[in-house]
Amino acid sequence: MSDLGCIIGGVESINPFWLASAPPSDKKYNVERAFKAGWGGAVWKTLGVDPPVVNVTGRYGVHRTQDRRIIGINNIELISDRPLDVNLREMEEMRREWPDRVIIGSIMAPMDEQAWKSLAIKVANSGVQGIELNLGCPHGMCERGMGSAVGQDPEFVEQTTRWVREVVDIPVFTKLTPNVTDIIVPAAAAKAGGAHAVSLINTVNSVIGIDLDTMAPTPTVDGRGTHGGYCGEAVKPIALHMTAEIARQPETQGLEISAIGGITTWRDAAEFIALGAGAVQVCTAAMLYGFRIVEDMNEGLGAFMRDKGFRSIADFKGKAMAQTVDWNELNINHDLKARIDDEACIECGRCFIACEDTAHQAIRIDAKTDGGRKFTVIDDECVGCNLCMHVCPVKGCITMEAVDTDRPYLTWPEHPKNPLRKVAE
Amino acid sequence: MKHFKLTTDNSRLSSRDIAENFDDLHPALDGAQAIVEAARCIYCYDAPCMNACPTRIDIPKFIHQIRSGNLDGSAQTILSENIMGGACARACPTEVLCEEVCVVHHTEGAPVKIGELQRHAVDHIMMKGGSHPFSRAPLSGCKLAVIGAGPAGLSFAHRAAMLGHDVVVFEAKPEAGGLNEYGLAGYKMANDFAQAEVEFLLAIGGINIEHGKVLDDNLLLDDLRGAYDAVFIGAGLATARGLGVDGENLAGVGDALEFIENIRVAADKSSVQVGDDVVVIGGGNTAIDAAVQAKCLGACNVTLVYRRGPDAMTATQWERDLATANGVVVHYWASPEAFSGGAKVERAVFSAMRIDDGKLTPSGDSFELPADMVLKAIGQTLNSDIFGEMKLDGGKIAVDAQYQTSLPGVYAGGDCVKSGEDLTVQAVEDGKQAAIAADIMLRAKLKGAAE
Ligand SMILES: Cc1cc2nc3c(=O)[nH]c(=O)nc-3n(C[C@H](O)[C@H](O)[C@H](O)COP(=O)(O)OP(=O)(O)OC[C@H]3O[C@@H](n4cnc5c(N)ncnc54)[C@H](O)[C@@H]3O)c2cc1C
Ligand SMILES: Cc1cc2nc3c(=O)[nH]c(=O)nc-3n(C[C@H](O)[C@H](O)[C@H](O)COP(=O)(O)O)c2cc1C
Ligand code: SF4
Ligand code: SF4
Ligand code: SF4
Repeated sequence: MSDLGCIIGGVESINPFWLASAPPSDKKYNVERAFKAGWGGAVWKTLGVDPPVVNVTGRYGVHRTQDRRIIGINNIELISDRPLDVNLREMEEMRREWPDRVIIGSIMAPMDEQAWKSLAIKVANSGVQGIELNLGCPHGMCERGMGSAVGQDPEFVEQTTRWVREVVDIPVFTKLTPNVTDIIVPAAAAKAGGAHAVSLINTVNSVIGIDLDTMAPTPTVDGRGTHGGYCGEAVKPIALHMTAEIARQPETQGLEISAIGGITTWRDAAEFIALGAGAVQVCTAAMLYGFRIVEDMNEGLGAFMRDKGFRSIADFKGKAMAQTVDWNELNINHDLKARIDDEACIECGRCFIACEDTAHQAIRIDAKTDGGRKFTVIDDECVGCNLCMHVCPVKGCITMEAVDTDRPYLTWPEHPKNPLRKVAE
Repeated sequence: MKHFKLTTDNSRLSSRDIAENFDDLHPALDGAQAIVEAARCIYCYDAPCMNACPTRIDIPKFIHQIRSGNLDGSAQTILSENIMGGACARACPTEVLCEEVCVVHHTEGAPVKIGELQRHAVDHIMMKGGSHPFSRAPLSGCKLAVIGAGPAGLSFAHRAAMLGHDVVVFEAKPEAGGLNEYGLAGYKMANDFAQAEVEFLLAIGGINIEHGKVLDDNLLLDDLRGAYDAVFIGAGLATARGLGVDGENLAGVGDALEFIENIRVAADKSSVQVGDDVVVIGGGNTAIDAAVQAKCLGACNVTLVYRRGPDAMTATQWERDLATANGVVVHYWASPEAFSGGAKVERAVFSAMRIDDGKLTPSGDSFELPADMVLKAIGQTLNSDIFGEMKLDGGKIAVDAQYQTSLPGVYAGGDCVKSGEDLTVQAVEDGKQAAIAADIMLRAKLKGAAE
């Protein structure tokens, strides 16, 4: 049996799937349903200093694919709009009634030592296993000097983390905003402030769309709209990159990562763990499909681990890190050529037009005797870019074959054409 | 596939059941369904479907336009190649045209529903009303005559009008549309679509239809050639073939096309007479349509008898499946020998057939079917008498690559020529191409006169 249990930032969890701080973890009713469905933990919806915030209506916009599937949500909601004591009471009850599950308290306050410290103490007293600092909300709260306004300033990141560390003795997670140029800077600041782990990413600043009838951004609030926070499947590549950087850069190495951003299936979670995350958090996927999606997250991840012979999460954590390198470390001598499987080809012409119009004119069309079309790669022209393979609608029909069998590994710094070439000593 | 309301005993179908039977064969896609279906199209380059469409509609483009929410543009893409895109979306045997070669067959086991998407876009623009999507080129001053307001004639007229010419269409029948109005199965042209389409098409302006004008009767080709700058013949086929067997003149023995026409013109379909034991003779789509519509009207037993085997049948597999799924019994290898009865037909006698030395010959066996209605659907021929000295080819009007007949300035297209299959979409293509050719000829003439 593979064990889905894990420890992240010192917090033990029965599985790596937590609800991220957001509407799904807004109150006891939801979190209870989530735990019944199988979630290992929940980061409670962010709590602020009373009086609670007031939200607008018309809060979410969506990004759809052509077949109408939602691949991203953008929201303009603020932090919890319920009184602090109600939230604290419910968190305490949940801790008591679900001892094997994790409750993390998420907090946000203005840049004021007292405000952060007293809020952290109150939340820690409710019995939660950890505290997460929300330094990420990119809309609304930042206009009040909170959220991403704090997270974008490394000094503030370090400061708030340190303040909270000073007054509580439970693990502290600093949740980072992706709306920065280099994620290493705030991550290193969190580390310097004493964070046990970083959680990332929070939402990406975005305008999700314009309603062309009303000429206003969506979601529209009484005729006007604003930028909001983008999340869901579409942001996963951004989150993967940031996770990888924190995991492998010397400044942040060893910092634990609670990965967030577009995680929808067990496979997404496994990818983050392979890049060094200790556990994951999910928001959008739960909002779109309900808590039951965790069933297959658990089952699928377990099956994958059994299949690969991993006995625990720790067994494959960071397994992809060694293969994740800078461009300068890639082998320029590696040479790929596209190969088309005539049997599988359905003669749609997509590879041809993609290569012809936008790549390297490396695919030829010949008439077949049966009236059909035969597509052939011209090796001399093919630069091995993969474009045709990706646009081909038939899985496995176009493959990329390595043809560099006898050439040595050669990086750009060593390449003869590089004017700044390092000559081997 | 649609399952009609059927009777298997002598109880009659209610008029409501019958009305439902003649409602749309494929219900229209709604907006959400259309987008999901459109998303299945992978936007092929030099798409096979497009090459399989006789009018060469840019199918990937119009489907992409549905997906992008540009329904007006989508309809425009369709109609610019095929002004009867609405009728074709309903009547085309897509299973042997565009959808047959759709590559999604290979990846998903079923093609993109091109016909239903086409209908979605065209219905949108027709229902929306407003101005006609095409405008006319500066008027040329030329006047063109068209014989027959079927798909070929109307397509010619529309394209000619678009190119700046004025057109007069002479039509024998009281309604325009040709077989769209009188021949296609009722459930393919539900809700009087044929007339709606004619009205839509005429909205371009410059086209006048004169009804009750019959070539070689109250209208002479020579007169037309004198009075008009060019003539287009789109008269279709006229005379139904006879069987030449005993009892063919008995009451109850009739022509399948007449039967279908009776259905099409009846406002209340339940008023059309149908037998209890109907025998249809033939192997084409007309035979299938007659058989299925007999079922739709409430006939108990409908047997389609074809003299050859399934492979030789011209009706498409889909049409045959529609018939058999709705209780039509298909009998191969049998040819009618005689019909008998008293005042009315009661029995049909058939001789079994086989191929001997590559020739279809009676095997010597024969059998009888009870029949109180016999419908002959063995094909139509050209009424060649009315075309004078015009050259024929294989029983149809001979035309060159520009659709010009042996008479200069006289063009022809549709079922009366041998251009492709006898299909609505082919007739539309013929009309369009003939109009383009006539335009080139007229422009050259005008230019010559000016110089
Ligand atoms: C029963 C039946 C079912 C069919 N089903 C389908 C189908 O499902 N899908 C499909 O694609 N095709 C179908 N077809 C074929 C299709 O209807 C024809 O290919 C198409 O209508 C040909 O168009 P046309 O303009 O050449 O001729 P027609 O549609 O026949 O139009 C000819 C017009 O000319 C008029 N006319 C004839 N003679 C004269 C004259 N002497 N003077 C003045 N006017 C005259 C006629 O009244 C008629 O209006 C079917 C045909 C039949 C018979
Ligand atoms: C409606 C909504 C409200 C959110 N509110 C909070 C919040 O209060 N605190 C917080 O730290 N993150 C908040 N988030 C961000 C999520 O916790 C999470 O970081 C982000 O959505 C990325 O994960 P996902 O792609 O799984 O949704 C919110 C997200 C959404 C969609
Ligand atoms: S890999 Fe790139 S260059 Fe080579 S055939 Fe494919 S698209 Fe063209
Ligand atoms: S994209 Fe794939 S299926 Fe389409 S023509 Fe190219 S190889 Fe064939
Ligand atoms: S063949 Fe099918 S998938 Fe390709 S363009 Fe035509 S409809 Fe679309």
